[in-house]
Order: sequence, then C-alpha cells, then structure tokens
Amino acid sequence: MTTLIIIYGMTGAAFTVSLLQSRQKTKRVLKVALMSFGKTGASLLTVLGIVGLTLGILTPEKISSLVGADAGFPATVGAAVAGAVTLIPSLVAFPLAGSILRAGASVMTVSAFITTLVMVGFATFPLEMKVLGRKFAFLRNALGFLSALVIAALMGVIL
Amino acid sequence: MKQLLKQYRLPILLGLIFLALFAFAPQVAVRSSQKVLEYSVEMVFIIPPVFILMGIMDVWLPKDKVQKWMGRGSGVSGTLLALALGTLPTGPLYIAFPMAAALLKKGASVHNMVIFLGSWAALKIPQLLVETKFLGLAFTLARFTLTLLTLLVTGFIMEWLLGKEGERHWLPDSEDEMMNDMKRMRMGRKEKN
Repeated sequence: MTTLIIIYGMTGAAFTVSLLQSRQKTKRVLKVALMSFGKTGASLLTVLGIVGLTLGILTPEKISSLVGADAGFPATVGAAVAGAVTLIPSLVAFPLAGSILRAGASVMTVSAFITTLVMVGFATFPLEMKVLGRKFAFLRNALGFLSALVIAALMGVIL
Repeated sequence: MKQLLKQYRLPILLGLIFLALFAFAPQVAVRSSQKVLEYSVEMVFIIPPVFILMGIMDVWLPKDKVQKWMGRGSGVSGTLLALALGTLPTGPLYIAFPMAAALLKKGASVHNMVIFLGSWAALKIPQLLVETKFLGLAFTLARFTLTLLTLLVTGFIMEWLLGKEGERHWLPDSEDEMMNDMKRMRMGRKEKN
C-alpha cells in the first residue's frame, strides 16, 4: 500500500510539473509511456503466467521441505535454484527463511535462498530481456546467481 | 496478425499449459490461477504510473546531466547516487527495469545501473528491517555487506563486457526509433497512394 502511495505520489507530482511546463512535451510523455507499455504487454503477461505456475507448484511448504534441514553444498545449490525461480514479496520471504533456519537449515542454505530470491528473477526474465536486452538480462541474472553462491559460502564461514 | 501471434507466443503457450493443468492437475491449476490473479491486481495498479514515470524521464531528463551524474566518468558519487536511488522504498524489482533502461539511454553507465538494480532488489531499507526481525542483525549486516561487494564486482564485469563508449547495441530499440519507423511506414503508404 505504501508502495503504491509513494509511486502514485511521485508520478503525480512529476506529471503535474510536466503539464505546467509544456503541454507539447507532456503529450510526448504519454506517447512514450503508451508505446513502451504496448511493447512490453506480452512480456508482462508472460511474467504473470510464470509467476502463477511456479508459485502454484512451489508452495512455501514445498520450498521449506525441499530446502529442508540438509546442510552442505547440494542443499545450498538447491536453495539458490528455488530462490531464483520463485517471486515472492519480501514480507512473505523473510518469515519463510526464518522458519527454514529454525527448522535446522544451515546459514549457508538460507543465505543462498534469500540472495537469489531478491537478485535473480527467472519469472521476470522475459520482461527484463525485453526492456534491457538479452545480454544485459542474462549477465545480470547469471552473475547474480554466482554471487549468491559466493555470498552463501562466506556467510557460512562468518556466522 | 502473424506479427501479433509471434509477439504473444509465450503467453499463448503459458495459457495452454494452464489448460492442461486444469485437466490433469486441477489443484495446482487453481492455486496457480489464484496467484496469477493476485499478481495481476498488483500489476494493474503499479504498471501505469511506472510507465508514465518512464515517459517523464525519457522526455525531461537532460542527457548531458544524466551522463555527468551517473555516466562512466561519474566515479564514486555516481555509484552512491545509483545506490541511494535503489534503496528508496519503492515496489518490486520488475518496475525498476524500465527506469534503468530509460537511464541507460540517457547515458548512465552500465556499472551504475547494475548497482541501481541490485540495491533496488537486495538492499532496500524497509526490506532490511523485516530481514533483521526474522533473521537477526548479524545475518542482515553480513548479507548486506557481501551483497554490496559482489554487486560492485558484477558492475565492473558488466561494464567491461557491455559498456563500450557510445555502443549500446545490446539495448532494445528506443521509442524514438520506433516512432521513426512508424513515420516511415506511414510515408511509404502515402507514396503508394
């Protein structure tokens, strides 16, 4: 809710200023907005479909049983993959991660899950690719996944 | 029509998968549909202002200023600005993609946009508070620091691979080019008449 208020507030203020400054340019603003929307429409639908499928198949219970109490490298990679394919708001993700940790998962596993969850987006990949290009999207997600494994390993050592 | 089909082939494929699920695994299908509905509501509200904001950035942000603030020569202050913009408390990561694209087209460096997206995704202040509550301060601090470090490295690697001065071939066509294409198409039609 606060998110929406902030975004609408920011956009509303900027749009008003734009309108006061120049009607011509504001028209162009709307044109660009509409066109970008038209271009990304298909990707947005794809994102919705993938989010629905992954979350329908991977329920929170299934994720915690999958990540489980297992320690070690395979569990960590599994957790990283689970985090990469799911798209859940952090308000749901952190309690889930906390309960996995209390259930006996290692710090390594939980860090891998959290990091790929926020940084790597399999479900949003079609949109990212459309907007920022295939190369950028691929590199950002691949390096994010590798980073998550490095972060997890170091977290395991530190904590 | 053919163009439209091609553009929408993924959503159509996903629709077919949903139909198959309803036939063979109705439980999963119902759960998935609920999630689709949930996220559709979120998107319907969040997408329109984001695209308008992107349009405003595209039309009003002066290219030389963006280049100066967040371009290749902007140094540490450019990176700090990208980091600060990313940690602002605003919405899911997918709405940051169009904004990053708009800034890239205006001359922001690849490195700084990687930092912007990364901090938007992983270093948000409200998110850190929730994380501290459920995973503890030590965990949160350690993850924050390590994430920031790996982001800087990721930024350098991607800048090195993609950030050649003035070459942004990997970026999809800008809106301006699309408009020019459309104009050309219209002109072509007129000539035929």
